[in-house]
Amino acid sequence: MSNFFPKWANWLPLQLLVCGLVIGAPITLGIWYYFTPKYTRVGYQPDQPVPFSHSLHVKQLGMDCRYCHSFVEVAGHSNLPATQTCINCHGQGRILPNSPRLAAVRDSWETGQPIPWVQIHRLPDYAYFNHAVHVNRGVSCYSCHGAVNEMSVVYEAESLSMKWCLDCHRAPENFLRPPSEIFNMNWHPASSSEQRELGTKFKEEWKINPPVSCGGCHH
Amino acid sequence: MVRYFLFLLVLITILIVSIAGLRDYSFLPHKTKRPPIEIFPDMVRQAKVKAQSPSDFYADGRGARSHVDGTVPVGYSAPESSAQASEGVATMGSPYNVVIFSGKQDYADTGKVGTNWGNGLPFNATMATLERGRERYQIQCAVCHGATGGGNGIATKYGLVGVASFNQQRIREMNDGEIYNTIVNGKNSMLGYGSVIQVPDRWAIVAYIRALQRSQNATINDVPATERTALTGTNASASTIAPAKQ
Repeated sequence: MSNFFPKWANWLPLQLLVCGLVIGAPITLGIWYYFTPKYTRVGYQPDQPVPFSHSLHVKQLGMDCRYCHSFVEVAGHSNLPATQTCINCHGQGRILPNSPRLAAVRDSWETGQPIPWVQIHRLPDYAYFNHAVHVNRGVSCYSCHGAVNEMSVVYEAESLSMKWCLDCHRAPENFLRPPSEIFNMNWHPASSSEQRELGTKFKEEWKINPPVSCGGCHH
Repeated sequence: MVRYFLFLLVLITILIVSIAGLRDYSFLPHKTKRPPIEIFPDMVRQAKVKAQSPSDFYADGRGARSHVDGTVPVGYSAPESSAQASEGVATMGSPYNVVIFSGKQDYADTGKVGTNWGNGLPFNATMATLERGRERYQIQCAVCHGATGGGNGIATKYGLVGVASFNQQRIREMNDGEIYNTIVNGKNSMLGYGSVIQVPDRWAIVAYIRALQRSQNATINDVPATERTALTGTNASASTIAPAKQ
């Protein structure tokens, strides 16, 4: 019986452990690093049917976000503009009426079919985000969508993961802005201490108490 | 054997990292046209219609439906309650939550009294009305009509022609109802903005346009007596200011 296991078997458990660690660690690290919206969502920049440049319209022309996203202050959903909003300026006899880049807009205007824009920021269907609630209480477009005024092609700048939402829900003073600067993409606090000072003031004045329970967003 | 194994492991790791890339670090931005991978897709995409989404249920493939004639959308006031709605408008502030369903046929909705354009706002204008009007004007109107209503907005620098100046005599004398109607339904080459500007906001914009017109045709006599010294202090005299503002 004493010779049933060969001598090297004494080292087998240790060898298996080391082997498991050597294989397991990279797999764990890989999942930790890649299986998260920080990797799967951030940087998503699809081709759109119309190469609409936010940088041109917002930064260069100084247009307000709400010229197109007209109901963001009163609705949970921030609307894409109707084709007519494009035609207001780009119709026949107006600006760039025959540009090939606007072909999809003209088609839509003539046929009544919507422009098939590709949605970039998509929350899971079980998370209920309300745009109006946020923009009316000090959360800027910039906080979630990044510097859209600098983007000629829009991409997803933030992960929109649950942890990312909770980071602000737990400490809104790090993000709240003056109500007049919600749609001003160029407003930035001078320093993080100034931001906290302002944010704490707004949080108290407006009695901001963001939900951190499940039912706040999943209902 | 161990050496080969470790070599293979390192090789695979390098391969995965080089294919998958890094997260969005500024020194190596990770931009992709690939739709995001949803790793645990349970209930992430549900069989329900969300705003502005397509739907196979309807023949035209759209989830959004236009309202049926004679009905009022959820969240809107019924046409009968116009008196209450107008009261709400008069006291509106920010955040703004008065939404009126524009299905009525009275002055507040059409700008008409009988068959003629009416004059005056359907509610009492306050400073808040003008502030609201300024905000909405700068969002929706200033792109073409310019910040002071001179018809010289940024769009005119890019080739938009025929933009009206609010400072011309014709529009200064125009009835409020007609200006309201122009906001809703457009005029000449201007398309209607009724679908993006709610009823009380349209009137607030009318009020603000009136304020702009006054400001662009003001004399020193329009400045409150207590403020005049501040103006004349920086300029030569009252008489030189008045013509300059014309």
